[in-house]
Amino acid sequence: MAGPRVYLDSASGERLHPAARQAFDAALDTAYADPRRIHHAGRAARLVLDNARAATAEALGVQPDEVTFTSSGTEAVHRGLLGLHHGARGRGNRIVHSSVEHSAVLHAAEWSGAPTRVVAVDATGRVRLDDLDLTDAAVVACQSANHEVGTIQPVAEVGRAAGDVPLFVDACASAGRLALPEGWAALAASAHKWGGPPGVGVLVVRRGSRWRDPFPEDERASEHGVGFENVPAVLAAAAALQAVVAERETENVRAHGRVGWIRRVVSDLPDVEVVGDPTDRLPHLVTFSCLYVEGEALVTELDRLGFEVASGSACTSSTLEPSHVLAAMGALTHGNVRVSVDRNTTEDDIERFLAELPGAIERLRARL
Amino acid sequence: MLELDCRGLVCPAPVIELARHIGDVEPGGLLGVVASDAAARVDVAAWCRMTGHEYVGEETADDGVPRFVVRRVS
Repeated sequence: MAGPRVYLDSASGERLHPAARQAFDAALDTAYADPRRIHHAGRAARLVLDNARAATAEALGVQPDEVTFTSSGTEAVHRGLLGLHHGARGRGNRIVHSSVEHSAVLHAAEWSGAPTRVVAVDATGRVRLDDLDLTDAAVVACQSANHEVGTIQPVAEVGRAAGDVPLFVDACASAGRLALPEGWAALAASAHKWGGPPGVGVLVVRRGSRWRDPFPEDERASEHGVGFENVPAVLAAAAALQAVVAERETENVRAHGRVGWIRRVVSDLPDVEVVGDPTDRLPHLVTFSCLYVEGEALVTELDRLGFEVASGSACTSSTLEPSHVLAAMGALTHGNVRVSVDRNTTEDDIERFLAELPGAIERLRARL
Repeated sequence: MLELDCRGLVCPAPVIELARHIGDVEPGGLLGVVASDAAARVDVAAWCRMTGHEYVGEETADDGVPRFVVRRVS
């Protein structure tokens, strides 16, 4: 292996933003107490938490009292979707969701026991508005952008079509990098996707939304949350979010260009298919599938060469099922690799990756 | 129709077998891939799109395993 290792999996977990590290360090010493205690240390922690909430709300373009910090993006998804479903009792009972939602949405919908209906996507992974059937719907779930292939979803159009049926948006893949879409009642985001620490999710419930806690009550916590927030991590998440939002105009152009470069080079390789919308997409990630190659073998071979990437192929998943996203799009599910860049990725990283990738694919095909 | 028995094989093996044997049928001829792997349903159709062959559709073999039928185009 030549040169340092190259991390190309920011879409799974982005490296900590320097602003987050600084905020975290400072808060460790000042924000250790329970923010709901009325003594001095508790009030100090409460102040830090409230500052983090205000900064997060401003960066996301929502109101501070609409923001709740959770212990992960997954928890924010569960609480957001199921809370809207629980609050909507009396109208329909059905959960309608796109076929390419994150598994957190699919599992939450299944767990609810409510009937579900799946909205189809086109070959780029974009939700087909003509397939949106809201009969008996209590809630609709539509992601802001797809976490595997990057395609941006027509959230505002889905929200308009949904009318008074509340819309839940899983914005984990895009929050921070892209402005939030419009037209939703509750939304989830995840700090480690924007360079905050892991273990911090954000649940936003719009004022006036009919949200009801679907889980055991916690009278100590905020209206939409549960438990004692990790205040230092929450502050770090907010600091990273502010920084990322301030930088995003330039960073997104850079990332979009680099991913476009990867897309062009990879689409010229024999028997390789680049998937997802080529332009209306997340700036920082690309997914492609290579015929006749096992996804796990390709990830392992690239790791041996020093490149860290993700895969949606069946043999790399815990379930041994192919990626439901790729399957819903009709895209090749084997030999799949997702590459994602962040602010630390260099041009040299990508040049080296693109130089090594064709050989890695050819070596694996030659073994067959 | 020529049939490839890919029961028990996991991805990408059924598609590799398909690529190896598509030349065994004449242009216009049919090849059936009998595969138990869940990924084959998507991947055989995707292979056809990527290689310019025609995906005809899905049938069921006598033992209930799906058979994915491909027409060799050229």
